[in-house]
This record gives sequence, C-alpha cells and structure tokens, in this order.
Amino acid sequence: MKVGLAQIRPRLGRVDSNVELHEEMIRRAQEEQVDLLVFPELSLTGYNLLDLTYEMARDPFSPEIQGLIQLAGDMDLVFGFVEHSPEHILYNSAAYISAGNLHYLHRKIYLPTYGMFDEGRYFGKGEVIRSFPTRFGQAGLLICEDVWHSSSSYILTQDGAQILVVISNAPASGVGGPKLGAQDTWDTLLKNQAMLNGSYVLYCNRVGTEDGITFFGGSQVIDPFGEIEARADLFHEDLLVVDLDLDKVRKARFQTPVLRDENLDLTIRELSRIRRKRAGEGS
Amino acid sequence: MQMIDEFLEKAPCLRLNEELATRLLTTALREEVNKAGFDKVIVGLSGGIDSALSLYLCVEALGPENVVAVRMPYRTSSPESLEDAQLVIDDTGVEALTVDITPQIDAYFERMPDASPLRKGNKMARERMTILYDLSAQYDALVIGTSNRTELLLGYGTQYGDSASAINPLGDLYKTQVRQLSAYLGVPEPIITKPPSADLWEDQTDEGELGFNYFDVDRLLYYMIDKHYTLDQLHALQFDDAFIQEVSKRIIRNQYKRTMPVILKVSKRTVGVDFRYLRDWGL
Repeated sequence: MKVGLAQIRPRLGRVDSNVELHEEMIRRAQEEQVDLLVFPELSLTGYNLLDLTYEMARDPFSPEIQGLIQLAGDMDLVFGFVEHSPEHILYNSAAYISAGNLHYLHRKIYLPTYGMFDEGRYFGKGEVIRSFPTRFGQAGLLICEDVWHSSSSYILTQDGAQILVVISNAPASGVGGPKLGAQDTWDTLLKNQAMLNGSYVLYCNRVGTEDGITFFGGSQVIDPFGEIEARADLFHEDLLVVDLDLDKVRKARFQTPVLRDENLDLTIRELSRIRRKRAGEGS
Repeated sequence: MQMIDEFLEKAPCLRLNEELATRLLTTALREEVNKAGFDKVIVGLSGGIDSALSLYLCVEALGPENVVAVRMPYRTSSPESLEDAQLVIDDTGVEALTVDITPQIDAYFERMPDASPLRKGNKMARERMTILYDLSAQYDALVIGTSNRTELLLGYGTQYGDSASAINPLGDLYKTQVRQLSAYLGVPEPIITKPPSADLWEDQTDEGELGFNYFDVDRLLYYMIDKHYTLDQLHALQFDDAFIQEVSKRIIRNQYKRTMPVILKVSKRTVGVDFRYLRDWGL
C-alpha cells in the first residue's frame, strides 16, 4: 500500500486556490501510483479562520468537494474542510473518499480553545469516534487535538483500526533545544500511540504562516513498533510517498499483544464508576 | 562571544537553538512579506543591536538586494551610532540612505522650547516612523519592526513610533536572545557589546533609565510569563521583591501600547471585537 502525505501550504480563506493545490497534489500522487493521499487539517480553507469560518463552510456535496472526489478516481483521499451541517452547525471535519464516494466523515471531537486556539468559539464538537473499513484494512481518522486524548486512539483501535490517520495544523514553537519543541512533543505523542496500539500512524501536518504563526510540517509515517519510517522536512511543501508494510501490524501485535490483553470490560466498568462518582451518585 | 556565553551559562533557559530559530524566523518572514505582495523590505537602522538583527534576518530571508536600510540621525545623535550602522551596511551590502531629521524636529520644537526630553524623544521616534512609511511607498517595501520582546513587555518604546511596523521578527525574542542570535548571524561585535541606548541624549542608556539590566529582567520575565511562576516561587529564585513589583507594574501600565485603539461599541459587529479576521485574510 502506497501512502502519500501532501504537506501543503493552504491560503487563508481561499477555497478556490486551495482546491487547485489539492488538484496539483492529486495529479502528482497519481503519477507516483499512490493508493491513499492524505491532506492536512482544514486543507481546503487554512486554519485560523475566525469569522471567515462562516463563509468557508461547505456541505460535503458542494461542487468543489465533488470535483476533488471525481479527480481522485480510484485513489483514496483524506482532506480537511469546514463542514456545514443541515442544522447549520459548523464542524472542523475530515473526509475519507474512496471509489468516487464520501466513504467516512469525521468531525473533530476536541476543539482546542486555549492559548492561541479559539476553535470552540466557531465549531461544533463531534460526538463520534468510529473505525471504518478501507480496502487496505480497518482505519480511523483523528484531527489534531483529538490525538492528544489517548482515549481517541484507544477507542479506534479497540474498534478494529490498524491504520490511524492523523491530520493536523500544528504550530511551531520552542526553539531552545536541539529539535523544534512542538515537533518533539508531537513525535513523542504519535510514537506512543503507534506503539501502544500496535497501529500505523499516518501523520499529515501543514506548512506556511498565518499572521506570524508558522505550521511546522514534518509529516510522517510511524510504524506499529513506534519507529518513524519516513518524514517530510520542516517548513517546506512536500509530497512524502511511503510504501507501507501492513504485515508489520501483525508482527507488532504478535510481539507485544497488549491489544489482545486489553480488558475492555474492566475499562468500561471503571469509567462507569467514575462517571457515577462525578455525577454525585455514590462512589 | 564571552559576554553572551556568560549570560547563557547563568540562564540556560534563555538559550536559543540559533540555527533553528533563524530558520523559523526567516521562513516566516519571507512568507509574510511575499504574500502581502512585496519583494522588498525597509528597516530603520539606528546603529543598535535590535535594528541590526532585524536587518540581518531580512537579508537572510530575502537577500541583500531586497533590503533597504535607512539611517535617521538627529544632530545630537552620537557619531558612533552612525558609524555602527555603516558597519552593518558594509557587511550586508544592502542599499542604504540617510535622512537627517534635525530640520523638522528643530522647526517643531522651536515653538515649544520647554518640551521635555521624553517629548522630544517620542517626537523623533514618530518622525522616523513617518519617514519609513513614506519611503515604504517609494521603494515598494514593507516596514520591518525592531522591537524585541523585553521592550514590548516593559513598554519601553514609543507608541506609533519605533513600535510601528508591518511585521516584527524580534517581537518574541528577549533582549538576551537578540544578543545571542546577533552573534550567530554575524552582527559586528561592537554593536553587540556596547550598552543599549535610545541615543536621545548624551550617555543615555536603556539600563540606566530602566533601573535594572536586561539580563536580570529577561530571566524574571521568563519565569513570570513563560513559566507562570507565582510570587513565592519567584522569591525562591532570589528575585528581589521591589524588582518584581516594578516589572509587574510596568507590564500592566503599558498594556495600552500593545493593543489597537479602544473602540466604543455600538454595532453588532465591532472591528476587533466581533469582526475578527487575521491580517493574512485571503493571502
């Protein structure tokens, strides 16, 4: 299975030119016989939209999105956009496209609303974390902050996922150490998720700057042992193409069968108890 | 450079990975300039370290052919300042011009002979700003800022004077970090080692005027702001009570210099309040 990570530089609030960026990458990826091409979070719109969020919102059947789906042909596609729901709620969403169809839609669950982030002001919260079948095996989609909650990848892998697709708009900060601080943190986080869940992690982050805030890129593929298989450069646009060896999932899960030994009932029991306690219903 | 090595030895928390910091700053600077539709930038060069570093970063990001340096001395400015600025011009090979601000400053204050040095200093800073913005139109070049993070936090600068710019590459660097990065990028040594001064009157120094030195205040600011230390925790680090109070007061008192003018709300969508867009809207 050949994966492409499209580390692009979207323009803020310009769906038209971002569609062109997507088209260009889709064509390049097709030339390289990519099976699954992944774009970053909010790849059709740019990140810090503020009041532009309203104008950027599209339903998944809008002509721009349908155009991309047609162009992708038999290549699977993941991209990010502002979803306009029938109830007029806006979501920070990721679409999984396969065989000319919208195959799965993930709405970002955890909206960072602290520090430099203000997503909770504009977006509705997603309420569903599910794995879904793909022609490469069971997969799961997470958007940026979602993966900072270990329950997200836990649920996805308990639900059968072997490939975790994580798309982000992660900003650069921390230039005191040998590595970029933010990148170092993300590395640790993603390696842990890959290793603890015996799953491939496909991470696509954007590049470019919005009002002085630079997104660092460094898109990467991490194998189910937690090793980085390939990584794109910092700060530059790139199409990183990687051949996945999905048999590594079997090997990792044979070697360390934490998934087999995971006690789902115990987890649910304890979480239920904690929920009762928090609601003031005994201990 | 021995002075800088000693500082960073005493406060490793302020140390930058120079290569990484330069890469991040120049990448972001190039993008922010270019996407605003400009190839060129213009910088007021005082002969001091901040404007020197700003200019070296511009040269790294855009090449010397795209950088214009402007020296704007007043008759009482020290000749060394002009010479130090010349060192930078010679070393980088940027286009440079000198505009003496004496005639217009003197013409103005002739009618107000009792004006305080502070008023005169502020007037000069604003005069320099208007010259930079005027030449910005002539050279089709964006004005690049030179205020470092220490100055911004302490409010040690002139509102709409030296604080005015389109893009400020130094605004997130403490003075100690400006020194470290300046040494790395080859700013001539005399500029790095001389006592920082606004050069408004003879023997004026920033540290004399502020009543403390940059290194001490940078350390304090780091723990107060970056690390959220409480008063007790700052005491435990041997910071003097009066010093902590003085710095806190300065930060609070000068908040107005770090904000846009206050708008009195009447409508449902007030600029800056609930009409919220980034500068990079559509770019």
